[in-house]
Amino acid sequence: MARMKFLCDADRCIECNACVTACKNEHDVPWGINRRRVVTINDGKPGERSVSMACMHCTDAPCMAVCPVSCFYNTADGVVLHSKDLCIGCGYCFYACPFGAPQYPRIGNFGSRGKMDKCTYCAGGPEPDGTMIQYEKYGNDRLVDGKLPLCAEMCSTKALLAGDGDIIAQIYKERVIARGYGSGAWAWTTAYGAGIKV
Amino acid sequence: MTMFLRRARFILGTLFVVAIIAAIGPVHAQQPAPSQTPPPQQSSRSPIVDPDADAVHEQQLLREFPRIQGFIWIPDERASVLVQPEGRTWRYFHEVLLHWIGAVVIVGMVVLLAIFYWLVGPLRMPGGRSGTRVRRFSTFERFSHWLTATSFVVLALTGLNITFGKLVLLPLIGPEAFSTLAQYAKYVHNYISFAFVLGLALIVINWVKDNIPRKIDIVWLKEGGGFIPSKHPQAGRFNAGEKLVFWFAFGAGAAVAISGYLLMFPFYVTNIAGMQLAQVVHALIAVAFIAVIIGHIYIGTLGTEGAFEAMGAGSVDLNWAKGHHGKWLEDEIAKGRFPQQVASIAPAE
Repeated sequence: MARMKFLCDADRCIECNACVTACKNEHDVPWGINRRRVVTINDGKPGERSVSMACMHCTDAPCMAVCPVSCFYNTADGVVLHSKDLCIGCGYCFYACPFGAPQYPRIGNFGSRGKMDKCTYCAGGPEPDGTMIQYEKYGNDRLVDGKLPLCAEMCSTKALLAGDGDIIAQIYKERVIARGYGSGAWAWTTAYGAGIKV
Repeated sequence: MTMFLRRARFILGTLFVVAIIAAIGPVHAQQPAPSQTPPPQQSSRSPIVDPDADAVHEQQLLREFPRIQGFIWIPDERASVLVQPEGRTWRYFHEVLLHWIGAVVIVGMVVLLAIFYWLVGPLRMPGGRSGTRVRRFSTFERFSHWLTATSFVVLALTGLNITFGKLVLLPLIGPEAFSTLAQYAKYVHNYISFAFVLGLALIVINWVKDNIPRKIDIVWLKEGGGFIPSKHPQAGRFNAGEKLVFWFAFGAGAAVAISGYLLMFPFYVTNIAGMQLAQVVHALIAVAFIAVIIGHIYIGTLGTEGAFEAMGAGSVDLNWAKGHHGKWLEDEIAKGRFPQQVASIAPAE
């Protein structure tokens, strides 16, 4: 089985936010919730780099470890998913997540957290694949149709890569060798325990 | 003819000189100044300009700052934090340290009390029951106490469920039932907190004047707080042990309330690092609070004969008051708060 990962080649990202828009549209993500976002480091200064960030689908995911109701699970592809039926909206996964991936609609008492929402790697949730109930809770399930996450698929500069970790790491390595530089596989050390050595 | 040739030669010569000047001038102008560095050596492998020279690198940034933050277009400032690895530290606290600390402190307290009860047993009523009762707590004082007490027990159980529920209850009742329970527990925890804060505030207003530390408290503590049978330390309305519980409840209650509301209203006051810290404070103080209150419950019920009546019925046996709060009894009699028959019996000691 593949081990699905995201890789953002910050030397290619042009901060166009198309991945953010694509994600929101594909999954009908409600107002105020962004499963993916683009953060620009050193904006306007020499060496500026932009990174598109969502759930990294970590190895030994912190969210999964701290969840008080154990609502997270790993798919066979290494994707980290959760059940909104089990989630109680406590916010612990948000404290533990290194990437700010968990999002909460403010529908709870005092406008506090509702059930958590996050990037599903376009793989839906625990409901049967392709059902309307799955779409309403988690968005479109593309992975079951053999399609990769839409954000990466439609990235105009192919900065955002999705797919098997070994394959996208190889693509990134070849790019770095060909162009002679690379600011590294952002967040890989934190998410997967090791970066990409070129 | 000669005239024409001479003129033509002059014109050509002039043009030649102009051409040389035109050619040399700009070339001279473009000569680099002697102090300038020579142009970089070109090779087919490395480009002239290094586009990576100023690039920010993740690991370098993480060495300098606890989290990486940048600019973001979406109108949500909180989302501008790109990476915050201290979430891993918090995870270690929550999943390893808290489980151990919580289990050791709370179970340890219960075990210690059980051993104490088994070895020493309850403190008997000094001199047996007299049959005469004196009023110790007003209805409003007892309401304040029980409002705080019941809400504390509910908060403690629902709070423990968040930390230990998945280890204890989840395997027993299954994920669906446990999630439903935890969901209601979360709501109950959030709402009951207000009752607890109100109760605690009433307790402080009622009793702060009786809980100011006095010289008599040091003697009480030195003499073992009534646990040593030969000693018979005196106390005012509250003894030093009760005063310690009062001030602990006040401090710990304020700390859990403030840290709890920071978590309940995310991002109103603190950022994510503040919430991680608030959760650590909330959890550790709550564990200590639960252990102390278990001790408080033991002393107030099983541990001391006749003590529960004070908070249960509002009155205590005269001999209980004499033995445990002699100074208070004297003061109350002096103030004429008790009926005549009590006043006539009491000074017998």
